[in-house]
Amino acid sequence: MRLEPIAAPTPARRMLPPVLALVATAALGALLALAAGAEPLAVLGLIVKGAVGSKFALLETLNRATPLIFTGLAVAVAFRARLWNIGAEAQLYAGALVTVLLGTGALPWPSAVLIPVIALAAMVAGALMLLGPAVLKLRFGVDEVVTTLLLNFVMLLVVSMLLEGALKDPMGMGWPKSAALAKEARLPRIVTGLRLHWGFALAILAAVAVWIIDRKTVAGFEMRAVGAGEAAARFAGIGVPGVVIRTAALSGGLAALAGFSEVAGLKGNLTLDLSPGYGYTGIVVAMLAALNPLGVVLAALFVAAIFVGADSMSRAAEVPTYIADMLLAFALLAMVLALMLTRYRVRRA
Amino acid sequence: MSDLWGILISVSLWVAMVRIASPLIFATLGELLCERAGVLNLGIEGIMVAGAFSGWYAAYAGFGLWPAVAVAFATGMAFGALHSVLTVLFGLSQHVVGIGITLFATASSYYAYRLALPEVTSPPKIEAFATWPVPGLSQIPVLGPAFFDQTPLTYLAYGVAIVLSLVLARTPLGLAIRAVGENPASVEAQGLSVAGLRMGAVIAGSGLMAVGGSFLTLSAFNSFFFEMVNGRGWICIALVVFGAWKPGKAVAGAFLFAAFDAAQIRLQQTGLGAAVPYQVFLMLPYLLSILALIVMSRRAAVPAALMVPFRKGER
Repeated sequence: MRLEPIAAPTPARRMLPPVLALVATAALGALLALAAGAEPLAVLGLIVKGAVGSKFALLETLNRATPLIFTGLAVAVAFRARLWNIGAEAQLYAGALVTVLLGTGALPWPSAVLIPVIALAAMVAGALMLLGPAVLKLRFGVDEVVTTLLLNFVMLLVVSMLLEGALKDPMGMGWPKSAALAKEARLPRIVTGLRLHWGFALAILAAVAVWIIDRKTVAGFEMRAVGAGEAAARFAGIGVPGVVIRTAALSGGLAALAGFSEVAGLKGNLTLDLSPGYGYTGIVVAMLAALNPLGVVLAALFVAAIFVGADSMSRAAEVPTYIADMLLAFALLAMVLALMLTRYRVRRA
Repeated sequence: MSDLWGILISVSLWVAMVRIASPLIFATLGELLCERAGVLNLGIEGIMVAGAFSGWYAAYAGFGLWPAVAVAFATGMAFGALHSVLTVLFGLSQHVVGIGITLFATASSYYAYRLALPEVTSPPKIEAFATWPVPGLSQIPVLGPAFFDQTPLTYLAYGVAIVLSLVLARTPLGLAIRAVGENPASVEAQGLSVAGLRMGAVIAGSGLMAVGGSFLTLSAFNSFFFEMVNGRGWICIALVVFGAWKPGKAVAGAFLFAAFDAAQIRLQQTGLGAAVPYQVFLMLPYLLSILALIVMSRRAAVPAALMVPFRKGER
């Protein structure tokens, strides 16, 4: 077989493959439900009900989407420039660590000063976390995929070490968790009484900001140019190393905000299970959004709805909650293929 | 220092080194085969999980240990087939597809595990491979117990290493696989199928990764735990680079890495281990892998067409 580029894809050509990818994912979901001895439509109904069926469910979905928007943006920004950052998980924990270090009473400032300072410091920590692999890539040609992946494991051990040592909550009854954040360091709720914090608004803001950088600024153009082809970008006079460094800083910073918002907005302290793989799920989110920053918000809401829905469904039906992880991984693969098929025709060789 | 010396001269260290190296040898050779053919297979971590689970489950279901290894191999081949269709036939990003395969294979294994055993809290045990001393060879001081008083799966790892390095270096098939990773157009010009060779390498390599995973459940431990692969796949990718894409050097790298890992576990029990948090020791293998990548990057003999999709008629 042979792939033939399509010069001007029709609207149908642009819509059909992604829709088919989602249909295929739904079909797999039905098969998995059947394998578990459940009724596919009933399972789907329980997932939808669990994700958006009540005010509580909806808020839970929005809360779950918040870190995914940040990590999804981090991945989208990096992948657009072909910087393969698979280390959003480590950068998330870097942001969470800084939030705890500065937010548990170290800085006696009012909220209006303290929260922005912590958010910025978290971003710097996340950026530094990715700058290492970026520099190794530029200086030694070391594949950043492997270094960022390995650093995820290192970072988790660093957090574990600190939670059992320097950052251990003395009132924690021996549990490895940090002390609680000071009241001034907590992100307030957007509407009093509703369990949704300002981290969600910050995530939307970040998505818009990234979209503006991507579409309206020279820096964004340069990142996309490097992603489209390094040689051509260099030929056009773009300083590729500088662009890679800037991309890494932005990507790492965004991922760190996920950790900041989870600690300051939702949890109020740091534990080793702060992130159930939000860094890796960010890759799914970014690919489902075709690396579009605004699409990331929608994709994160969709992914969060599946996770929250599946959690609630598995309590009611005898279907393991891992069905969500499986379907999302499948959707990732199907969507990558579908997006390619919007631009290429398959011909017999 | 005397602690360290005591560790280094203990036979148990070298026995542990070979045991720790065995799954890494399978998976590193599998990854090496894929990469020599020009395909980076980041599905390795998930394929190892799938191999660990499927092999263990086959043994738990009573198929016997060797059939269980075959089941793991077949499971790995299935994920390899999916990977190679997407990356070779459709030329999709090997990074994204690889991570996708890892997520999919891991989630599939966990889903299947929960489906098969919904009620259990502690995973059931199986009768794993027992050690089988090789007559004669296992009597050699130190080296004998280390290398030749292991389970049959370790001996299989030796065999795979020897066969793979011979096939790659000495046979027409090996030449074609290496050529397809260096200069696919020349393979095409010879009338061989680039896609066929690459897909074959990825499928066979993925099978080996899964057997590496199954070593964990069928030989090293005797049950299946979540998170049990724990980054070993990513370490194998670093080992391929460390071994400069040569099977012999990659196996040597796996032994070196395993010796270090076995030593750090023992160091945790000493006075030094009491003074330093255990997490520091656990970090060392990952940091060592990164260091190895940096040191070897200068001399890297990376296959020229690695990660470059081949499209007929395009240049």
